Amino acid sequence: MLKVTDINVYYGNIHAIKGVSFDVHQGEIVTLIGANGAGKSTILKAVSGLLRSKTGSISFLDSDIGAATAHNIVRRGLVQVPEGRRIFLKMSVQQNLEMGNYIHHRSVMNEKLEDIFTRFPRLKERRKQLGGTLSGGEQQMLAIGRAMMTSPQLLMLDEPSMGLAPLLVEQIFDIITELNASGVTVLLVEQNARMALSVAHRGYVLETGRIVASAPADELLEDEAVRRAYLGG
Amino acid sequence: MLFVAQLVNALQLGSIYALIALGYSMVYGIIKLLNFAHGDVIMVGGYIAIFSLAAGMHPAVAIILVIVGCTALAIIMEKLAYTPLRNAPRISVLITAIGISILLQNLAQLFFGARPRPLHIPFPTGSISIGEITLAYPMLITIGSAILSMLMLNYIVHRTKLGKAMRAVSEDTDAARLMGINVNSVITFTFALGAALAGIGAVLYFVRLPVVAPTAGAMLGLKAFIAAVFGGIGSIPGAMLGGFAIGILEVIVNASGFSRWTDGAVFLVLIIILLVRPAGLVGKPTIEKV
Ligand SMILES: Nc1ncnc2c1ncn2[C@@H]1O[C@H](COP(=O)(O)OP(=O)(O)OP(=O)(O)O)[C@@H](O)[C@H]1O
Ligand SMILES: [Mg+2]
Repeated sequence: MLKVTDINVYYGNIHAIKGVSFDVHQGEIVTLIGANGAGKSTILKAVSGLLRSKTGSISFLDSDIGAATAHNIVRRGLVQVPEGRRIFLKMSVQQNLEMGNYIHHRSVMNEKLEDIFTRFPRLKERRKQLGGTLSGGEQQMLAIGRAMMTSPQLLMLDEPSMGLAPLLVEQIFDIITELNASGVTVLLVEQNARMALSVAHRGYVLETGRIVASAPADELLEDEAVRRAYLGG
Repeated sequence: MLFVAQLVNALQLGSIYALIALGYSMVYGIIKLLNFAHGDVIMVGGYIAIFSLAAGMHPAVAIILVIVGCTALAIIMEKLAYTPLRNAPRISVLITAIGISILLQNLAQLFFGARPRPLHIPFPTGSISIGEITLAYPMLITIGSAILSMLMLNYIVHRTKLGKAMRAVSEDTDAARLMGINVNSVITFTFALGAALAGIGAVLYFVRLPVVAPTAGAMLGLKAFIAAVFGGIGSIPGAMLGGFAIGILEVIVNASGFSRWTDGAVFLVLIIILLVRPAGLVGKPTIEKV
């Protein structure tokens, strides 16, 4: 479904992503784990069209999106929940969700809103409240809900567990699993490797801009080197 | 009675400032650019009015041409000068804006001469009297059309899809992209909207002060800019409020017999607001949570 081949991304002179290739198949949850600064967010930004790769190719649903604009990539069904949620703080919960429906006609909005509100009853209670006044966990739910409003085929999440209490992390990962079960393919970027590998089918390990390991998630959980580096022994 | 007449006078001037200030504020809100060429768009609008009236066009047609012309000019400016600088440092874009302003003024001087030209836009004359108060039609029409324009703007920004996209882009450009919003078109639309309001402002301004010169937009633009800062740059209600506030201030200074100090008073306001409350009247610290 998503095939990334040999991409190289630079920030000025900084070579952040060095020849990375990976793929995501329909129906999977694939996770990309790595430490701070490994380049996880950079990869997602390149796939989303917010950054450009100097080489290689990115294809989604069999068409090349390496040169597509970010807004067109969303229209093709590939959406990202960015690091730090990035919800619209000055808009209400409902307005944030409506922005997610931007690429679709108004007539399909209410049905999707209802679906989001059943998944996230908290958001329904707070639909009139400003995004900026939500708690961190609620903001993450809103960010995921807003992305789901675009009706994606592939949902990319950049560190959804960041800054959340363990119980909430659990809840967010349950939601990710449920969304996957309902047919959405997921690419999950995480520092919380244990959690990510426990829900994912496959995983890639990223170190300073390079992929150093790739295997089914349960194998990575058992892998000696991965355990030592990312799972605390 | 004099007070009411002066108040209406102040509101007329304030309406014009407000209409122009909106363009500064909206563009700043969306790409953090102080578009110093915005005032000069008004000057160009003045020349469009002169030539279309001289060509014998109906005043209504001429007025529409001014508005359309200002809008088109802003779109061209945005596409030619600002779009290529989308990822450039903000200071480069600012310098470009100042450059365009100088360019427009010099082109006008080259083609139309430095000498101010009279511009008589046929406008309903006459007045209505309520008791002892006499209110001239142009004043009332100016205030009325400014209010109407602002109501329309409010509708566009809060009710239409593009308006909502504008708010999203102004809050978080990348997040807006990730919602499928074409940020470049939203930016162009914002410039166009601001310039259309400036076009309306231009007509109303030249009705009040019927001469056009290559520098006609410079001081007017600067004052509208101050109005935008005073209200809180980036904020739409702020620009309206700031516009009316500067209009009222000027009329008070004039009426108190200090007409030579009018401009000085406006700049003093800028200095004071920047020292005391840089966020402007309605600007408030944004709520953020990580
Ligand atoms: N805007 C930028 N300008 C310059 N360098 C950058 C920029 N953004 C990221 N980098 C660098 O690129 C590398 C990869 O950063 P990236 O944000 O992709 O890491 P990450 O894996 O997402 O880290 P984290 O887990 O902290 O979010 C880092 O060395 C970082 O310093
Ligand atoms: Mg990151």
